[in-house]
Amino acid sequence: MLGRTASNLFWMSRYIERAENIARLTEVGYRISMTPDTGSGHREDWKSTLIAAGCLDAFMKRHHTITAEKVQHFLLFDPEHPSSVRCCLETARNNGRAVRTGLTREMWEALNSTWIEFAAIKPGTLDSGKLPDFLDWIRQRSNMFRGALLGTLLRDEGYFFAQLGAFVERADNTARILDVKYYVLLPSHEMIGGGLDVYQWETILRSVSAHTSYRHVYKDSYKPWNVAEFLILRPEMPRSLRFSYDWIERSLNGLKGINPAGEQARRQCAAVLADLQNGSMDAIFQNGLHEFLNQFMQRNNQISASVAAEYHFQ
Amino acid sequence: MVLKSTEARSPAIFDEMLTSDNGARRPYEAIAEWLATQTRGSIKKKQEEADAIFRRLGITFAVYGEGGSNERLIPFDLIPRVLSAREWRSLERGIEQRVRALNAFLYDIYHRQDIVRAGRIPAHMINQNEAFLPEMVGFDPPRNIYAHIIGTDIVRTGENEFFVLEDNLRTPSGVSYMLENREAMMHLFPELFSAHRVRPVEQYPELLRQTLESVAPANCQSDPTIAVLTPGIYNSAYFEHSFLADQMGVELVQGSDLFIQDGALYMRTTKGKERVDVLYRRVDDAYLDPLSFDPHSMLGVPGLFDLYRAGGVTIVNAPGTGIADDKAIYAYVPDIIEFYTGEKPILNNVPTYRCSLDSERAYVLDHLSELVVKEVHGSGGYGMLIGPAATKRELAEFRKRIEARPGNYIAQPTLALSTCPAATAAGFAPRHVDLRPFVLLGDKIRLTPGGLTRVALKKGSLVVNSSQGGGTKDTWVLED
Repeated sequence: MLGRTASNLFWMSRYIERAENIARLTEVGYRISMTPDTGSGHREDWKSTLIAAGCLDAFMKRHHTITAEKVQHFLLFDPEHPSSVRCCLETARNNGRAVRTGLTREMWEALNSTWIEFAAIKPGTLDSGKLPDFLDWIRQRSNMFRGALLGTLLRDEGYFFAQLGAFVERADNTARILDVKYYVLLPSHEMIGGGLDVYQWETILRSVSAHTSYRHVYKDSYKPWNVAEFLILRPEMPRSLRFSYDWIERSLNGLKGINPAGEQARRQCAAVLADLQNGSMDAIFQNGLHEFLNQFMQRNNQISASVAAEYHFQ
Repeated sequence: MVLKSTEARSPAIFDEMLTSDNGARRPYEAIAEWLATQTRGSIKKKQEEADAIFRRLGITFAVYGEGGSNERLIPFDLIPRVLSAREWRSLERGIEQRVRALNAFLYDIYHRQDIVRAGRIPAHMINQNEAFLPEMVGFDPPRNIYAHIIGTDIVRTGENEFFVLEDNLRTPSGVSYMLENREAMMHLFPELFSAHRVRPVEQYPELLRQTLESVAPANCQSDPTIAVLTPGIYNSAYFEHSFLADQMGVELVQGSDLFIQDGALYMRTTKGKERVDVLYRRVDDAYLDPLSFDPHSMLGVPGLFDLYRAGGVTIVNAPGTGIADDKAIYAYVPDIIEFYTGEKPILNNVPTYRCSLDSERAYVLDHLSELVVKEVHGSGGYGMLIGPAATKRELAEFRKRIEARPGNYIAQPTLALSTCPAATAAGFAPRHVDLRPFVLLGDKIRLTPGGLTRVALKKGSLVVNSSQGGGTKDTWVLED
């Protein structure tokens, strides 16, 4: 397989995953703005959304004030913002187009029809009542793409590069969401925690579609350390760091069976995974949740860079 | 409401479906019956279904001059174009003869130039032609083949009157439409295929692969590795490049994926380097190699041409084939056929006036409003004058251009191109068509029955190019 092809598959998958995550974050922001004012005002919540999406600075460079409309437009439609859903879908499609020979027809159709339908929507016509349906649609399309990938793609190099892209992106996204609100997850917080905190915890869980599955796993009301554990260490939670790394390892090992390169990426992945398998929330809180998450995101980026170098992404 | 032909027909124009008394010609009998059962609504619905199929598959093309990455769908017309077995046999023989003669011509002009010595073509027509590549002189490509993939543009004016309008020997495109049109038709109208015996076209990618393998360089030891070289996703034919690579099961590469090392061409893969033996390039000569040709090209591979000449890789089609489909050379093709095959041409050329010759130019300038004038090096329907449809200003403008650079223009009579029924908003109506069969030349000649039919969807228009509002049709060759 061409190095460029591998790179395109990796990034195609990353961008689809990113589009879905941005849609999810926007949905949470929207929900918050529907609920009664929480004291610090909605502006602060949209600000958190921008931080979680990793684009507060980029936003502030373009806009002076934070309003719901501006943030929504920026996150969903802005053609100048490379991580807007619009740009993610377009880049994913261009990546896919560059490697049409590496995609199945179903995958291409999912990418292509999503982009065509998205591009046909005029942002101004989407009033806030229609926003939830639209965000749902984005997630459905992402699911459709993933379904096509899982259901039709040959389990060869291309599949593993696509999976790597998706899970590296997902791990980054979950870590980022946690880091934005890490202070409400500290154990000491429960003492001071009131209704507002419960609400914040739920928001975090919603951002990764985990608010109902939490109850199935913990059979308890929201506890901050449980929320953190659920999204960091639990192997059965499909958007947790642990789950993402199980898949990153599986993908790297799958690649190894076909292509002996990637030694450094596998070593780095094994180290991260060992920390997630053997770690406890007590230890993580002890050493600092914020520090842990920051270090995790750095290591995640390093693995991404190693994969690119060792498999000749160019 | 039953669909009827909605427009009056001119008796001067040959319709491929209807005879002068509005009966159906034999190859179209079943199509005519089927059309009679269709309604405006049923055709409209199928048309929408077809559009959705093509859009989802990503069959789009970029229109130059509209800026950026505009992607448009080439209109697909639902009514198939049908050729009988007899008609096809005669076309087949004519095309084979022509293609072999043109390859012999290419070999000759890059070697002894016997045809010039014999006085059949003036030397300056070759040696001063922009499409002549001096770098190719004295080089023997594998099997002495220059043009491996050829699209011969053919028009029809009567029951037995077929003319070759153009020979495309550089990087002809359109074959993916031939294949996808058939896929779409079989999906939309399975009942039509059970009522006809239509010769299949789906073997084309396999035939293309066999052809490419058969011209691997002599020093290639194992099974040859093939790659398709594309300029990238913004090229108007990108869909076709990726489609063909996929169908053949080979890599689709860009210049940046390739490099030359120790006398071989390699592509960068996830496992390091992998050798490429045959490069089916869809990049023009000028951009192939910045060291030999355009130094600013980012699309090619530095050193590729020297490697090719050293026998380290086969480039398909060979560089320098453009001289044989040059519009100034076109007028000589009947001579070329006779010179190299000793036979009379089976397929006719369209009579062509060379504005470089004083007597012929005088005729052209006197009859401008009746003629089609073409730029010698133009393609895609750009830089063309259609006399009968032109305004006074356009005629005056072209007169000036011809007088300024006579050698740059040829002129041909306006042919009464045949028509086929096409679906229009008002019903079905006759529209002018041409035909581009695709020929493969390697260890043997491989010709896929049919080809791409292009149709001028605007009423009365003779321009079938997709860049000028043309569409395509599925093309059927029937078995006896």
